[in-house]
Amino acid sequence: MSDTLTSERRAAAPALTPRGAKAWRSPRGRVSFLFRPRTLVVGLALVAVSLAALVVSVSVGDYQIPISAVPAALMGFGERLDVFFVQGVRLPRALTAIGVGAALGIAGAVFQSLSRNALGSPDIIGFTSGAATGAVAAILLLGAGRLVVSLGAVAGGLITAGVVYLLAMKNGVQGYRLVLVGIGVSAMLASVRDYLMTRADLTDALGAQIWMIGSLNSRGWAEVGAVWIGLAVLAPVIFAVGRRLRFLELGEETARGLGVSAQSTQIIALAAASALTGAAIAVAGPIGFVALAAPQLARRLTRTGGTTLVGAALMGSALLVVADLVAMRLMAPTQLPVGVVTAVIGGSYLIWLLYTEWRGGRV
Amino acid sequence: MVLRAPTPTRPTLTRRVIRPIGLIIALGALAVCALLSVTVGAKPIPAADVWAALTDYDGSYDHDVIRSLRVPRTIIGVFVGAALGLAGALMQALTRNPLAEPGILGINSGAAAAVVVAVFVFGAGGAGLVWPAFIGAAFAAVAVYALGSRGRASATPVRLALAGTALAAVLQGLIYGVIVLNDFVFDRIRFWQVGSLTGRDLDIFFQVAPFLVIGVVVTLALGPSLNAMALGDDLAATLGAKIPLIRAATAVGVILLCGAATAAAGPIWFVGLIIPHAARVITGPDQRWLLPYAAVLGAVLLTAADTVGRVILPNSELEVGIITALVGAPLFIALVRSRKMAQL
Repeated sequence: MSDTLTSERRAAAPALTPRGAKAWRSPRGRVSFLFRPRTLVVGLALVAVSLAALVVSVSVGDYQIPISAVPAALMGFGERLDVFFVQGVRLPRALTAIGVGAALGIAGAVFQSLSRNALGSPDIIGFTSGAATGAVAAILLLGAGRLVVSLGAVAGGLITAGVVYLLAMKNGVQGYRLVLVGIGVSAMLASVRDYLMTRADLTDALGAQIWMIGSLNSRGWAEVGAVWIGLAVLAPVIFAVGRRLRFLELGEETARGLGVSAQSTQIIALAAASALTGAAIAVAGPIGFVALAAPQLARRLTRTGGTTLVGAALMGSALLVVADLVAMRLMAPTQLPVGVVTAVIGGSYLIWLLYTEWRGGRV
Repeated sequence: MVLRAPTPTRPTLTRRVIRPIGLIIALGALAVCALLSVTVGAKPIPAADVWAALTDYDGSYDHDVIRSLRVPRTIIGVFVGAALGLAGALMQALTRNPLAEPGILGINSGAAAAVVVAVFVFGAGGAGLVWPAFIGAAFAAVAVYALGSRGRASATPVRLALAGTALAAVLQGLIYGVIVLNDFVFDRIRFWQVGSLTGRDLDIFFQVAPFLVIGVVVTLALGPSLNAMALGDDLAATLGAKIPLIRAATAVGVILLCGAATAAAGPIWFVGLIIPHAARVITGPDQRWLLPYAAVLGAVLLTAADTVGRVILPNSELEVGIITALVGAPLFIALVRSRKMAQL
């Protein structure tokens, strides 16, 4: 009797796996996990795109380095100027782009998952808005340099996120209330920013505007360190609560029924994602649209139902490093702020995806 | 469009009493705000003189201020506020998303892009920006709606929101690109995009008034149909609601209202976002009440904010776009905290 049951179950196993997933079992069945070939292929493709863009952006510029000379220059051999440009200027910039993109992608995925809203992004708890206002105030009121501006941004972002969370707290934090309070606080900060921008001198205002668009111009190894250390510390925390986030997407009551503590998961994920956003903003300014688009693009490419953290990270990296390459070269020698390009590329790509889905008649 | 509109839930007795009384109070508040908006300013003018200026114009300086500056400004403020509040409520019903505001349909970014082009190519400014803003808003909104509609079926909420955000991002990126490279355009845009009623005269109002009036009439009539839509597409269709038609009519209404409002006063996004939430606290989810409330409360917020902006600084004015958020947001947060918010 029991034998038949087991064999039946074994036979039925493939049908029980989620749509498009394949099971991998080690020969003796000790280790097994599910994977989806499509997710794997998309992930590898995104890594390949990022690496290709990295190599190209290291080699092109007003000072051309042939791609064949790039590997040597990366290792520190070859002509002195090659090494200087690759190691001192272009590589750190590209690595910053990859790190910032990954940070924004992960943060966006967390916020969309927590708010259960496709429009969710770090903006909703006022973090981006607070950071932008802090930085604009530092630029326009203090005339500060880049380090102080970064500090102003992080301080503004953290204070705002804290205020929003406290204001939304009342017998626990309810996602819907958090979002609405975030909107209110963001709007107030935006009007402060508008005030400062319209009263400032034109040149200062333009500087502040460029910061708010987000730029990777002349970022060096210090920035690489800041964003990658942030990623190394915070990404594992978020991946660790990733599964619980998926449960939370089912609704707080269901999640609690499944043994997930909603409150603590929320706080951990919110804090870690905000800190990641903070690192990204401090390094590059509030580059728009990556946090919003990367999770959506990843999920449409992999055709998974839920939010994929790794996919969002890889998508964010690829998006930003490609965008920065375009920003450097499009109007050369004038360097566009990368935020201009992420918005145009990311937005067009999302439009194209929506359009093809529209043609295909899928939801 | 629906034979007999179902109300989502039977409202409680208190709510049935409160809703009509509240609407009368809100209208009263609007009258007070409009009166204050005409009397208060850099030069305070008593209400009696205001009345005289309207009925018995003697050409004096005071009367001229009232007739050529304050009255037009107040009228535009009332209509723009009502249009934004109404359009916000419609957008939230259309997308079933509490974060939705008219800007999601690409209104603000489309208008801004067209204004940038007008400034960049023709060096336009002031009243010359009204038509570019309206046309840009309409084009962007139609594009978003087309993209958000799936095949021959009607637009679904999430796709609409995503399509709008995507198009807004592209346009915003292009705008940034231009203003980074061109100081002159940046200087015009930074003032236009704050949103202001300063120096708007009746000519501007008459240019956009037809759109506003048609928009208000169309959308106020949509209440029952939107109630049916709130039950979900399948149930609404079973009840006889023509979903594509209702969605399209809602979108047209939003485009008319918001395109006109943005053309007249620049992009003021906050009113459309929060006023529906505030109104929903009083009315509950019934769109037949929510829509008029949103219109009246939007007008109250905008005229009050404009009046405050005139007197809050000793020697200059604060733009209404700045004040709406500074005044409205704390009230909104208090509201969010004090009640269990009525969800969509």
